[in-house]
Amino acid sequence: MEVLRDFFIKLWERFDRSFLEQDRWKMYFEGLGNTLIIALIATIIGTTIGVIFAMIKYVNKRTGRLNILNKIANVYITIIRGTPVVLQLMILYFIVFSGWDNGILIGAITFGLNSGAYVAEIARAGFESVDDGQMEAGRSLGMSTAQTMFHIIIPQAIRNCLPPLFNEFITLVKETAIVGYVGIMDLGKIPGLIQSRTFDYLFPLLIAAILYLVVVMILTKILHIIEKHFSKSDRRNGGK
Amino acid sequence: MDNNSTPLIQVKNLSKSFGTNLILNDISMDINKGEKVVVIGPSGSGKSTFLRCLNLLETPTGGDILFGDANLTDPKTNINLHRQNMGMVFQQFNLFNNKTVLQNIMLAPMTIYGKNAKKSGKSKKQYEEECREKAMSLLKRIGLEDKADVYPSTLSGGQKQRIAIVRALAMEPDVMLFDEPTSALDPEMVGEVLDLMKELAEEGMTMVVVTHEMGFAKEVADRVVFMCDGIIAEEGAPNEFFSNPKNPRLAQFLQKVL
Repeated sequence: MEVLRDFFIKLWERFDRSFLEQDRWKMYFEGLGNTLIIALIATIIGTTIGVIFAMIKYVNKRTGRLNILNKIANVYITIIRGTPVVLQLMILYFIVFSGWDNGILIGAITFGLNSGAYVAEIARAGFESVDDGQMEAGRSLGMSTAQTMFHIIIPQAIRNCLPPLFNEFITLVKETAIVGYVGIMDLGKIPGLIQSRTFDYLFPLLIAAILYLVVVMILTKILHIIEKHFSKSDRRNGGK
Repeated sequence: MDNNSTPLIQVKNLSKSFGTNLILNDISMDINKGEKVVVIGPSGSGKSTFLRCLNLLETPTGGDILFGDANLTDPKTNINLHRQNMGMVFQQFNLFNNKTVLQNIMLAPMTIYGKNAKKSGKSKKQYEEECREKAMSLLKRIGLEDKADVYPSTLSGGQKQRIAIVRALAMEPDVMLFDEPTSALDPEMVGEVLDLMKELAEEGMTMVVVTHEMGFAKEVADRVVFMCDGIIAEEGAPNEFFSNPKNPRLAQFLQKVL
């Protein structure tokens, strides 16, 4: 009994030092805030780049237009996917934006540019899964390529690629932990910081892991609801 | 020029090849206003490609297509403008999957003419209301007004195709192009689609129909065209065409399908 009590008291003390002492819990949540900001901005940049590139590739394949843009997109995707993201981060942080001191924004830009290449491939698959007849029907009625893309192709492409796209967003939330590599204070960086003061890794790592897990679970739930909303024109949800 | 004597569509020396594969070989044809032309032929004969060249869904590799006063094959021609007057019906229906039935019919008129509504003194709302009324009356015509708010995935093939036809009619086209409109249908649904097409024919719509329905060709066509190996092997009024084929390939083909 005595032994067990001592064990729990020690454990509590370790937790206390890692979380409550000197308001250290604030650091976790600041780190979490930074992680979410980086992931959010990166998602916006990545989706924008990805969808634009995917549209360029789709239009190029169907009409043969936008040849130069298509080549640029291909080179971009090849380079981004062919090099480690940690090197891309260092190149942006230490060379391209070496004059900036806003590490969070640099981290967000890095992951946005990186994610763009992956989203481009996901979205391209989404566009290609839309039946060619949809574009032909729109064009045969006299609508332009742009009008048909906007009203018909893009909504269907988005619906078709939502699951892999959401997977990419969730990966992004966790993957941004790499920004700690150049000293940006995200959630992944916090355990090391606290350990350097308490010399105890157990709770800092555990707490950070739990926070990531909770965020991902909430995100999964939200994305699931969105996905359901978009599938309303499927057969099983026929009516309205 | 006298409108009555000028053909609505003039096809002049039309050629189309995919790579080295010649699909259409120097085809010329006039289609008059109000005329019903039915194109038949074995698969791979180029009849669908011919139809799809008429509204430039396929880009011809040679020749000209005149539609009214416009040369559609001229790269400077705004093809969208002329496609608004050429309705097309596809084998696979191609209803917009992400739109309800009513939205399917209203989309093109709203998108294309909606922005001009202001010039004619109507608000966008008023124009939308007009489009909706017109779409609903088209749906009533085919007896599907109760399907206005459902998505295409819940409909039968015959319903889809009839909606695809009225979707094209909503643009009030001068000519309707039908690309094997009944080939993807279950047999019991072929009738309802052909009946609607016959109605259109009786109303005087100009029609070009690629089909395997010989009964329809006999009953409705002013002229039947037999395509084979990328050329027009024989054409004529249905009576003569079916009872007394001159081209041996046509005789052989008719023997198989009749």
